[in-house]
Amino acid sequence: MSTTAPGSATGTVIGAPLDRIDGPQKVTGTAPYAYEHHVDNPLYLYPLHSDIARGRVARIDAGEAEALPGVIAVISHHNAPTLADTRDRELAILQSDEISFRGQYIGAVVAETFEVARHAANLVSISYDEDRHDATFTPDRDDLYTPEQLNAGFPTDTEEGDVDRAFSSAAVTMDETYTTPVEHNNPMEPHTSVAVWEAGDLTLYESTQGTHSVRRLVAKLFGLDRERVRVVTLHVGGGFGSKGLPHANTVLAVIAAQVVEGRPIKFALTRQQMFSCVGYRTPTVQRIRLGADENGRLTATSHDVVEQTAKIKEFAEQTAYATRTMYATETRRTTHRLAALDVSVPSWMRAPGEAPGMYALESAMDEMAIKCNLDPIEFRIRNEPELDAETGLPYSSRNLVACLREGAERFGWEGRDPTLRARQEGRWLVGTGVASGIYPVFRLPGSKVRISYRGDGRYAMEIGAVDIGTGAWTALTQIAADALGVGVESINLSIGDTDLPSASVAGGSSGITVWGSAIFEAARAFRERHGDDPAAGDTAEAGTPDNPDTENYSMHAFAAYFAEARVNEDTGEVRVPRMTGVFAVGNVINPKMARSQFIGGMTMGLSMALHEESLVDPRFGHVVNHDFAEYHIPTNADVGEMDVTWVDEDDPHVNPMGTKGIGEIGICGSPAAIANAVYHATGIRVRDLPITPDKLIH
Amino acid sequence: MRAHDVEGAVAALAEAPNAEFLAGGTNLVDLMKLGVETPDVLVDVRRLTSDRVEDLEDGGLRVGAAVPNSVLAADRKVRTRYPALSQALLAGASGQLRNLATTGGNLLQRTRCVYFYDTTTPCNKREPGSGCSAIEGHNKNHAILGSSEHCVATHPSDMAVAMAALDAFVNVLGPDGDRRIPIEDLHRLPGDEPQRDTILEHCELITSVDLPPLRFLSNSKYRKVRERASYAFALVSVAAALDVEDGVVRDIRIALGGVAHKPWRATKAEETLRGEPASEENFRAAAEIELEDAEPLRDNAFKVPLARNVMVRTLLELSEER
Repeated sequence: MSTTAPGSATGTVIGAPLDRIDGPQKVTGTAPYAYEHHVDNPLYLYPLHSDIARGRVARIDAGEAEALPGVIAVISHHNAPTLADTRDRELAILQSDEISFRGQYIGAVVAETFEVARHAANLVSISYDEDRHDATFTPDRDDLYTPEQLNAGFPTDTEEGDVDRAFSSAAVTMDETYTTPVEHNNPMEPHTSVAVWEAGDLTLYESTQGTHSVRRLVAKLFGLDRERVRVVTLHVGGGFGSKGLPHANTVLAVIAAQVVEGRPIKFALTRQQMFSCVGYRTPTVQRIRLGADENGRLTATSHDVVEQTAKIKEFAEQTAYATRTMYATETRRTTHRLAALDVSVPSWMRAPGEAPGMYALESAMDEMAIKCNLDPIEFRIRNEPELDAETGLPYSSRNLVACLREGAERFGWEGRDPTLRARQEGRWLVGTGVASGIYPVFRLPGSKVRISYRGDGRYAMEIGAVDIGTGAWTALTQIAADALGVGVESINLSIGDTDLPSASVAGGSSGITVWGSAIFEAARAFRERHGDDPAAGDTAEAGTPDNPDTENYSMHAFAAYFAEARVNEDTGEVRVPRMTGVFAVGNVINPKMARSQFIGGMTMGLSMALHEESLVDPRFGHVVNHDFAEYHIPTNADVGEMDVTWVDEDDPHVNPMGTKGIGEIGICGSPAAIANAVYHATGIRVRDLPITPDKLIH
Repeated sequence: MRAHDVEGAVAALAEAPNAEFLAGGTNLVDLMKLGVETPDVLVDVRRLTSDRVEDLEDGGLRVGAAVPNSVLAADRKVRTRYPALSQALLAGASGQLRNLATTGGNLLQRTRCVYFYDTTTPCNKREPGSGCSAIEGHNKNHAILGSSEHCVATHPSDMAVAMAALDAFVNVLGPDGDRRIPIEDLHRLPGDEPQRDTILEHCELITSVDLPPLRFLSNSKYRKVRERASYAFALVSVAAALDVEDGVVRDIRIALGGVAHKPWRATKAEETLRGEPASEENFRAAAEIELEDAEPLRDNAFKVPLARNVMVRTLLELSEER
């Protein structure tokens, strides 16, 4: 570790810009990701996907594949083991001939090498009894339904006051619809599993955001005692939500390992396969209506969302959730309606809810500011709420205004000419835009930390949490050092293994809040029991304590984003040479890694604004642009200067570290800053992401 | 397998109807992984053809088929005499791919279409007669010129568009000896044989490409429009060379990429402009004449104004820089 100075004094490690503990391992290629765990004599799995969207498998002819040298087994519903729990229809694969979406796993080839498995999969001949399918997402379907609740348990609809009346009598109004496309998580490391059955025990080396949640689900599916399942995840090359819950790929690997018991199964999805079964963001259609008085104060806010889910399993993205708390408004309504289709199951993806919802709301706020003849920052400040309208509670801290002001200064917002198409450099029209961001402080149950003194001046700190690339290895070490009042060199952290105390999933930007709080609690218990001079073997365990302040305060992180967009007048090409992000996220554990997270989040925002779009062909029911040649994410050349900072924010209510979570806030609103900048540059309001040249050219 | 020389490679393919030449493999190997191409035998030709850029007696250049894209892009003679070609190469793919991809292989990369790359959907190019999924499907990146009811795919090469504008010739070795093909004729429109991207016969091997000695080709340019700043196929690209004297167009070459099953030589626009004043108005009129025949699909009508704008802008820049 090169930066030892700030961390060597006790009690000052949190906030120090330590280098990554796992950095040397990663840059030398020795950090074991799931697929790289050494196992003896492995076999390789290549999946068989359904080529129809609805119907039944009529016949599987595997003769040619089975005859290929190196093929060990062709697995289908004919020879797959019966699962103990088939209620989750996303996970209960190979249990019947039924097909519910195109791309569904209907079998697998297991062979001595990946290449043989893939070749053999091409030789398996499958015939179907095809039924008519329905994969057409439109907001005007007559079968939209109201889900019981949204993802994370939020209510489906909310209503405060008479929105329609307030809207019809408002001095200024806007009523527009914003749409976002299907988007797919594509971490650099695809979903991978290495599954080993040995004498009835299952070991899974898994690329996941939650070892214990994988264990829980796999044990249930296969009817095993939890103790017989071990899940190991030392490093993850990006999670972003798609690895938050186990998907059918994990089940397929375990089924195969059971079929060929005695030899480990390795299964890594190809990039193309990432677009079929591991979740995605629903498309959204969002109608936003705003009404304001002559002073630019909101009197009516209505956010009505239509999105999709799968017929086999419901996922209801909480797209309008942020609108419930973001601004003060006299009346408010939010609604969510779903279309259930013959498609694969949507799931968590990079700030589910806030990412698409804040794109729409913050675009609408820009439109409304212009209608009210107000600077968009001033308009937002005028609508800053006193209390969280959703809960009626005060905010534990809310520094959105400070973020907007600080960002305005850094970005050079002052003196901005709001005139559209006013600035041009060569053939490039230049514009600037601003947007706010919000992300809730989530608290998940089920985490425990064990601290043991090893006798050599070092403390073993154990929790089954996963570092999905964010820097948890380092941040948790820093928290542990401060919690125990020792230097980082005295901490021996173990994570990523179900043999360790249980941990909640690395999702919802909640890891530090939940695991860090448990570390503080365990350290308190340890010192209480063993004092400052413990003996070797002394140990203490504690879980995340209840935080009574969650009943008394509304807890959210806030942000302000600024973007400069350049749009080529001839071609409609959009480039973003610079962005500024200012964050109010409480305490920052490690500024070096936090900065990377913020830049990453803003880059995802750029990607969402300008590039990402999964093209579903409803005739077939699957995503047809399923590779990185066709599904675009930004290259280095697309990411300009990313200016990132955060405001001082002391929030004593959130947790002992004073942190709010930083994984997702970077994407919750940043796409709107770019869309608003494009509008300022061109006078063209693109309300349909991504903003591609075809939408800007005439 | 490996052959000792180009003749041996050609002979090897002549005997094996389901064999293919392999050079850089940057496209063929991808297609094999996906099951789109399923050759029984690969004949490695990368070390058989020339990997050098040489002067021709007539003042032109001969580019060996094995010259990597990165080497060709960096070649000093290419950069000064045919800047459009160097720019086109650098606009293509990524640094790693350009190091591996060869001149001959670049010309022979298959056309792009998401349905061609997906063996679970009908495609007349993969399975003649199975139908075209793109005509009524997602076709934003597809052809607006010269397509047929059987195929609307586009040719993805940047290099080939520049070579088309430069009037290059492709030297080919077949079982009956050499032949020299104007690059304009190498790639074909889909017609009712969309499975054929070029006029080459099964065992014909590209050995080199000749660039002509025309001096005004040094006033050439390649402009590629893409959704992101790097590593994306062209929505539309334009390669152009312009010879202006006293404000009048003496000679001109224009080729378009991303609009057709082949690099699209804009001969109508060229004819319209020859002998006319080099003005924005005339450039625009010529571009519009070229695009009169455009037949956009559901998602790609934007390519018509885009191609027009990029043609006009590229020609204006070439006339201003002169």
